[in-house]
Amino acid sequence: MNSDAAQDGQTGGPARTVRVVLVDDHRMFRTGVQAEIGRTDETGVEVVGEAADVDQAVTVITATRPEVVLLDVHLPGGGGVEVLRRSAAMMADPERPVRFLALSVSDAAEDVIGVIRGGARGYVTKTITGTDLVDAVFRVSDGDAVFSPRLAGFVLDAFASTDAPPVDEDLDRLTQREREVLRLIARGYAYKEIAKQLFISVKTVESHVSAVLRKLQLSNRHELTRWATARRLV
Amino acid sequence: MTTAPTRPEASYATVPDPDDPPLRKLYRSADGRMLGGVARGLAGHLGLPVSWVRVVFIALFMAEGMGALLYAAFWFIVPLGVGGVDAARASASAGAPGRLAWGRKGGAGGRKADKGQIFALLTLLAGAAVVASRFQLGRANAYVWPILLIGAGVALVWRQADNARRAQWLEMGRRKGVLPLVRGAAGVVLVGVGVTGIVVLQGSVGHLGSVLQAALAVLVGIALLAGPYLVRMTQDLSEERLMRIRAQERAEVAAHVHDSVLHTLTLIQRNAEDPREVARLARAQERELRAWLYKPEGRGKDEEQEPDTLAEAVRKSAAEVEDHHGVPIEVVVVGDCPLDERLGAQMQAAREAMVNAAKYGGEGGAVQVYAEVEGRTVFVSVRDRGPGFDLDAVPGDRMGVRESIIGRMQRNGGTARLRSAPDGGTVVELEAERLPEDG
Repeated sequence: MNSDAAQDGQTGGPARTVRVVLVDDHRMFRTGVQAEIGRTDETGVEVVGEAADVDQAVTVITATRPEVVLLDVHLPGGGGVEVLRRSAAMMADPERPVRFLALSVSDAAEDVIGVIRGGARGYVTKTITGTDLVDAVFRVSDGDAVFSPRLAGFVLDAFASTDAPPVDEDLDRLTQREREVLRLIARGYAYKEIAKQLFISVKTVESHVSAVLRKLQLSNRHELTRWATARRLV
Repeated sequence: MTTAPTRPEASYATVPDPDDPPLRKLYRSADGRMLGGVARGLAGHLGLPVSWVRVVFIALFMAEGMGALLYAAFWFIVPLGVGGVDAARASASAGAPGRLAWGRKGGAGGRKADKGQIFALLTLLAGAAVVASRFQLGRANAYVWPILLIGAGVALVWRQADNARRAQWLEMGRRKGVLPLVRGAAGVVLVGVGVTGIVVLQGSVGHLGSVLQAALAVLVGIALLAGPYLVRMTQDLSEERLMRIRAQERAEVAAHVHDSVLHTLTLIQRNAEDPREVARLARAQERELRAWLYKPEGRGKDEEQEPDTLAEAVRKSAAEVEDHHGVPIEVVVVGDCPLDERLGAQMQAAREAMVNAAKYGGEGGAVQVYAEVEGRTVFVSVRDRGPGFDLDAVPGDRMGVRESIIGRMQRNGGTARLRSAPDGGTVVELEAERLPEDG
C-alpha cells in the first residue's frame, strides 16, 4: 500500500484534485468512503466536508462549495431529493457548479428516477468499488453523467414501456444510438468499452448519456414516475 | 420463511385435534350454516351429525315454539366461530364441492349456500305461521304475522352483523358493499312493517302519524345526544385497530430480521476466515432482504414456486448460481413476458452461461446478466471479466458450451454468440423469438 502510494507520488499522482462533500446518515459508511477515496495525493479526491442530514448537508455544501457531492438517497429530513431541491441555485451556477452523484444502497426504481429528476448527474450503488467511484466522481465533476447498469435498465424499461408516442413528443424519445449506448451500459460495459464496441469516441458515449439524462429530467412523461412507483422495481 | 401472516381463522377455530383433545368451546359455525349456525356449532361441539341437531330443534319448535326461543338465545349468546363442525372430516373432504373451504368463497358453492339460507329463512317463516295459526290465541292471533315479520327482520339484521364480523376476519374488503346494505335495509323494513302492523291492529291508526313523528323525534334526540360519543368511539376503535395492525407488521419485520439476518450474521462470524463463504452468505441475505422489502405485497415472500415469467426466471437462476458459486451476479431485466417452451430452453442456456461465467470468469468481479424483451425477441447476455477463452481451442469432447448453450439455442430456433468482451472477459449472447400466442 505504502509503496504504491510512494510510486504514485513519484509519477506525479493525479493531475488535479476534485473537492468532494459526503452526505450520508451512516457515519460508518462515510468513514469507509473517506478511507477508500480520500487519499488525496493518490486518488485526486479531497473530502472537504461531511453531513448526516438534509439541513447539515445544505449548510456544508453552501460553506465549502465542492465540485461534487456524494449524496445518499435516504436521509433524515426529506431525503436526497430535498437536498437537491434546496441546492438548485448552486447546481445552476455557471461559474462553479456543484454537481451531485447519488450513492445509495437502494436501487429501487423510484429512488433512482427521483434523484435523477431532482438534478443528480449520476447514480451509483454502494456496491461500487473504490476505483470506479473515483472514476465516477471525476466524470461527474467534468459535467458528464454516470449511469450504473441497473439505472440504464430502468431508463430503457421506462422508455420502452411508453413507446409509440405522438410525434410532438419527439423530444422525449431516445434516439437509436442513445438506446444502443444505454443497452451496453445495462449489459455491464464501461464507457471505454462501449466506445470501442460502437467505434465512437468516449466523449461521444458521454454526450449520448448526458442526452439521456437531459431527456429524463425534462421529460414530461408522468408515466415514467408512475411506472416506476407502481412497480417498485428492485 | 415462517413470516407468512397467520391465517385469521387460526385464532378462532376450534379444531379438534385427534391426539390431544383441547378445551372445547362452543362456537356458532360460520361454515355451511342455514340461519345462525347454531345447529352446526352445537353438532360440532357435541360430535353429532348436524341433521340430528336440526331435527331436535324443529321438534322443539313444534312444542309451542320452544325451539325458536332456544335457537334465538343461542344465536344471541354464543359467539360466531369458524369451522367448529367435525373439522377432521372437513379437512378430509376439503375438495368436495358445497363445503365452503376458506379462500374459495364466492364460487358456485357460496351462491348455492346463500340460496339455501334464504330458503331456510322462508321455510322457517312459513312453518312458524302455520304452527302459530294452529294455536288458539284468541284476539292475540292477529298479532302473529306482525311479530313474525319483526322476528324475520331481526334475524336478517343479526345475520348481517355476523357476516360483517366474518368478513372482517377474512379481510374481504373488496366485496361490493351493496348486498349487505340491501339486506340490512330489508331487515329494517320488515321490522318497521311489523311494528306498524301491530299499531294498526291496536286500532290506533288515527294516531299512527303522530306516533311515528314522536318516535322520529325521540330517535333524532338520541342521535344528537349520543352521536358525538358514537363518532368518537368508532374513531378510537379504528385508530386502535390501525395501531394493532402496525404493531403486527413491526412484529413480522422483527421476526424476519431475527430469523434470517441474525442467523446469517452468526454464520458469517463463524466463517470469518473464509471470505468466499462470507460473501456468499452476505449476498444471499441481501437478496432476500431486498425481495422482502421491495416486492409488492402478497408476492415474493415465499420464493419457492416455479417462476412463470422471464424476469423471475432470470433472477431465480442468477440467485441460484450466485449462491452456489459465491460469485456476485448483477441482473438487469428490461421488459418482461411469460415463459414459454422456447424461452425455457433459452433460460437453461443462460443458466449454463452464468455457471460458466461464475466458474471461469468470477475472479474478475461481478458477472453481469442482461435480459431484454423487445416485441417478440428476447435477448439475454451474460458477461464476465475473467480471462476469456477461445472456443476453437476447447477440445471437441467438452460439450458444455457447444451443446448446452449453442446447440440448445439452435435446436429451439434461436441463436447463441460467444465472443470476447473488448477489455477481456467473455460475452455470451442468446437471442430467441417468443412462440406465437395461441388464439
